Formats: sequence, C-alpha cells, structure tokens
Amino acid sequence: MSVNPLSAPIVDIRDLHVRFSGERTVNALNGVDIALAQGEVLGLLGESGSGKSVTLKALLRLLPPRRTTITGSMHVAGQDVLSMDDEALENYRGGVVSMIFQEPMLALDPVYSIGDQIAEGVVRHKGVSWAQGRARALEMLEGVRIPSARRRLDAYPHEMSGGMLQRAMIALALSCSPKVLLADEPTTALDATVQIQILLLLRELQREMGMAVIFVTHDIGVAIEISDRVAVMYGGRIVETGKLRDVVKNPQHPYTRGLLASTIHGAKRGVRLETIPGAPPRLDRLPPGCSFAPRCGLADAACSQGEILAVPLGPQRNVRCIKLATNIAVPVGV
Amino acid sequence: MTIVATDIVRIAVVDKARGYWTNVGRRLMRDPVSVLCAVVLILIALAAIFAPYLSLADPFLGSMIRRLRPIGTPGYPLGTDELGRDMLSRLVHGGRLSLLIGLLPVVTAFVIGTTLGVSAGYVGGFVNQTIMRTVDVFYAFPSVLLAIAISGALGAGITNSLVSLTIVFIPPIVRVAESVTTSVRGLDFVNAARASGAGPLTIMRVHVLGNVLGPIFVYSTSLISVCMILAAGLSFLGLGTKPPQPEWGLMLNTLRTAIYINPWVAALPGAMIFTVSICFNLLSDGMRSAMDVRS
Repeated sequence: MSVNPLSAPIVDIRDLHVRFSGERTVNALNGVDIALAQGEVLGLLGESGSGKSVTLKALLRLLPPRRTTITGSMHVAGQDVLSMDDEALENYRGGVVSMIFQEPMLALDPVYSIGDQIAEGVVRHKGVSWAQGRARALEMLEGVRIPSARRRLDAYPHEMSGGMLQRAMIALALSCSPKVLLADEPTTALDATVQIQILLLLRELQREMGMAVIFVTHDIGVAIEISDRVAVMYGGRIVETGKLRDVVKNPQHPYTRGLLASTIHGAKRGVRLETIPGAPPRLDRLPPGCSFAPRCGLADAACSQGEILAVPLGPQRNVRCIKLATNIAVPVGV
Repeated sequence: MTIVATDIVRIAVVDKARGYWTNVGRRLMRDPVSVLCAVVLILIALAAIFAPYLSLADPFLGSMIRRLRPIGTPGYPLGTDELGRDMLSRLVHGGRLSLLIGLLPVVTAFVIGTTLGVSAGYVGGFVNQTIMRTVDVFYAFPSVLLAIAISGALGAGITNSLVSLTIVFIPPIVRVAESVTTSVRGLDFVNAARASGAGPLTIMRVHVLGNVLGPIFVYSTSLISVCMILAAGLSFLGLGTKPPQPEWGLMLNTLRTAIYINPWVAALPGAMIFTVSICFNLLSDGMRSAMDVRS
C-alpha cells in the first residue's frame, strides 16, 4: 500500500469473504469491510454465529488453511496479511497484532508459570535474553495492576482467580507492544464487578499505548463502555456501523434496533423485554438478499432480491438496509 | 482505577519461586503410601547395585548336601535353592538383572513411543494415519504372545528379550501419547500460542510436550511392573536369562520343581517380583495425583 501512513487506517479490511468447506459449505463472512485508525476502539457486536470471532481469527490467519477459503483484502499496518509466508506470519502474530481470549483459564498453559509464558513471547519477538524477558513480564504484570506482581511471576494459572488471569492474559498480549489488539469477548467469563475493572483497565492501557482495538462482544453494555465506534454483525456481514453515540442513540438497521431494545439496560420493571423473533440464519444456507429479512418486521419481497449494499449515512456511518426511508420515519425510543 | 499496587492482598510468604518438579516432589512426600513404596524400591535398587560389596555368599556356589534348606537355617537366612545356593545372595544379585530388564525396555519405549505419538497427534492427517495404523497391527497380538514370538524369533538371550519387550511396550505408549496430544492440541492455549506468533516446533516442544509428558510418564511407570512380569515370564520359558545367572523369573522357573518340598523358598522370587511391581504401580498412582498441577 502506498498511502500516507498518517491518514491510512492501521487495519484495513475490504470485502472479506471466508468460506469453510467440508461436509457442508459454510459462508462465515460475506463481505466485511473494516477500517480502523490508530488508537481507535471498534466494538464488534452480534449474536453467536454472526461472524465476530471468525473476523478476528481471519485477521490473524488462525483459521485452518486447508478448509478455509479467504477472499478480499486485509492490510494491517501496511502489510498484506493474506500474502504473508509462515515466517512473516509468526512475526506478525503477537508482534503487530495480538489477541486476548474469552477464557483466560484455558488460554494460558497450565504447566508454565505466568512470568515464563509472558517472557517466552517477549524473547521470541524482541530477541532479548530470558532475564530481560522476565523483567518485561514483571513490568507488564505491574502495568495491569496485579498485586504483588513479583510473586505472581512464578504463579501457575490455577493459582490465580479469573480476573487476575485475564489481567495476566492482557499483560501477555501487550508485552510486545502490538499495534492492534484483538479482544474476543474478554469479559464474558468474568463476573460483573471484575468485568468493569477489566474494561476500565483495557481502556486505560489502550490510551496509554495508543493501540487500535477490535473488541468483540455480544453484550451491548460492554460495547458502550469501551468503544469509540461500533459495528453490528449479522449473518457474516456488518449491517450497521458508526460512532458509538450515533448507533446507540439512533439505530437505523432493524436488527440493531431489536438488539438495543432487547437489553436490560434501561428496561422498565414489569415490562416484558423486547425480543427478536426467530433464530439467526444458518450460514450454510444463507437466504438471498438481506439475511435478516426472514426475521424482520419491515421486510418485503424486495429485501430478498439481490445483494443489499451498504448505504452511507455520514462519515464512517453505513447501514445495510433498503428500507431506510420507511425505517427513519419510525421514531426510535432509546 | 480500582485496584492499585498499594492495597496489596497479603499473600502467605511461603510461596517462593519453586520449580514444577520441586512441587511434585513435595506433594509426593505427603502421600505415605508413595513414600513407603519409594523407600522399598530404593532399598531394593541399592541392594541390587551394591550386591557385590555386601559380603553375601557366592550366588553361584552350590552344595549338594545343603539343598533346599528352609527359611531361617543358620548361615542361610532365606534358605537354599535346588542346587544348594544361598537364596538371600541370589535374590539380591537377581535384582540387578530383573530391575534392568524391568526398567530399560520401558525407558526406551517411553522415548520412542512419546516421539512417535506426539508427532502423530500434533501433525495429524497422513502422518497420524501411518503411525497409528502401524501401531494397531501390534495390537492384534496379546502382549505376552508378542513378547514370546519376538524373543523366540530373535533367539534366547538377555539382549533379545530387552529388544522384544521394548517393541511390545512401544504401541501402548504411542497410543496414550497420541490421544493426550490430540486433546491438548485443540485447547485454547495452543491457539493462544499460535496467536502470539509461536511456530509449530515451539508449540510442540513447549506447549504440547509440557502438558503431555506428565500423563505419558505416569502411564509408563505403570508399565514397569508389567514389564518385570513379562521379563520373568520370558526367563521362565527359557527365552531370557540363562542359568546359572540369578534372575527372579528364572529362579521362579527352576524352583518350581521344589514347590512341594519347600514351598516358602520356592515362592521367594515370586514375592520379590510381586513387591517390586506393586510398589511401582502404587508409586505411579501417587505420581499421577502429585503431577496434576490443578489439584
């Protein structure tokens, strides 16, 4: 890419398609576009099977190569991710882009101490000595505010609580100062009080280090807490994207409206929560046109014909719905 | 922020940096059964190693007039065998060969089996199929029969029985190694390692082997007793050690003619095999729980 690095997005995904072939062909991603600037936090929202995690894994090229077909383009920090060879990929993973996982208990190796696991990555990516790697690990554990970090350096994962482990996981992910951090529902496995601590910590570290973050979640409350911008995914597509405030205050896509209406944030006691009827589409049999049409109250015959293109509503604000005109007329109460 | 380094939760000062094996050892020491078994095994092993220096009677020196003396005969605390040789001396000397035959095949099979099994489990696909189906061929034969067949084909002798026992123990270890590797390979931390830039060799060496070695090791320890019994069986059939070498299995064989005359003396080599194998079994059980970091 020969674009001015200052204005170029650090993550630039264009028309990304991911197809898994096997017993049945699954179209996991169907044209995803993401542009993320340095220091920006994007909340990727959606229910299970909407393609959030697949997007992250595709970005790290972690999907099994034999059964996966990826088309489109992915550039991170000016590098073409899809054309990387194995060695470039190893330097890229963890060095340029790193990831934190949903279950810290499972994502950390049970037979090595926390400090050794962090040091391993630092030694690998920065080419420093083991002692320097350990020093960096200590620095990182202090950075994520683990109490008595020096002692925790030699603790094994089973000796720490879930919240502590997630902090350690964050320390591990950030130890090589990546440019982009991918967070795959990092707070889902934690209880509510720890959740908010972790979110605040992530936000703080993100500002400090100036990273771009893609934060995957299905909890709209969590997304509100951390994101600058949100992208709502459905059926392997981004159906609505925009500034956090715009999307939450003024959702345009019927799915986003349904999603926002179905949270308990601000719900009235005694009133049934709104639900979206039906279930998400099976990705091996996507309906033509808008994949949300079968569940949408506004859908008519036109919705199931041809591909629905994203309608720009402003800078970095897109909605994939052809019923926008009729949709806007309906007042939104959030 | 909510948690600052100053409001430290006080942690007991005991837990200083300790290695994994130190911890395993510490946990093992807390289990009285394991400690007892370890002590018994160490005593037997020491006695066997230092047998020539223990000023015992000559294990090869027989006497026609002092045959099959009962246990407790003055000068022969454990009696004499069918050729009038001192049983105590022969049992202690016999431990040298018996322990060697019990341990060496398992150790060799552990190294070979782990290599094959971990490769099969981690690489998967064609490699896995090739290794595992070859291993399955060996499963067609009962282990005793296989040991006898290989020993018989190679000819009698200690080296050949060591080789045949090694071959017998490789398949089960490969199986265990492959299955634990397959289960570890799918775990999140392997993906996490990949996501932080670890190459396949690093993952295999550090993350897979680190998690897989414990279970394979424990399983292999439990094979030692089987190996000793099989080795004794081979000697009993005349395929392993040759007389007059003292070896427990062989001694059991030659003394069986005396079972009606002096049953207690005739049972002694069997008792040794039993003791050693049950100790290895109990110790491997203890190891299993001591090595589980999560307990």
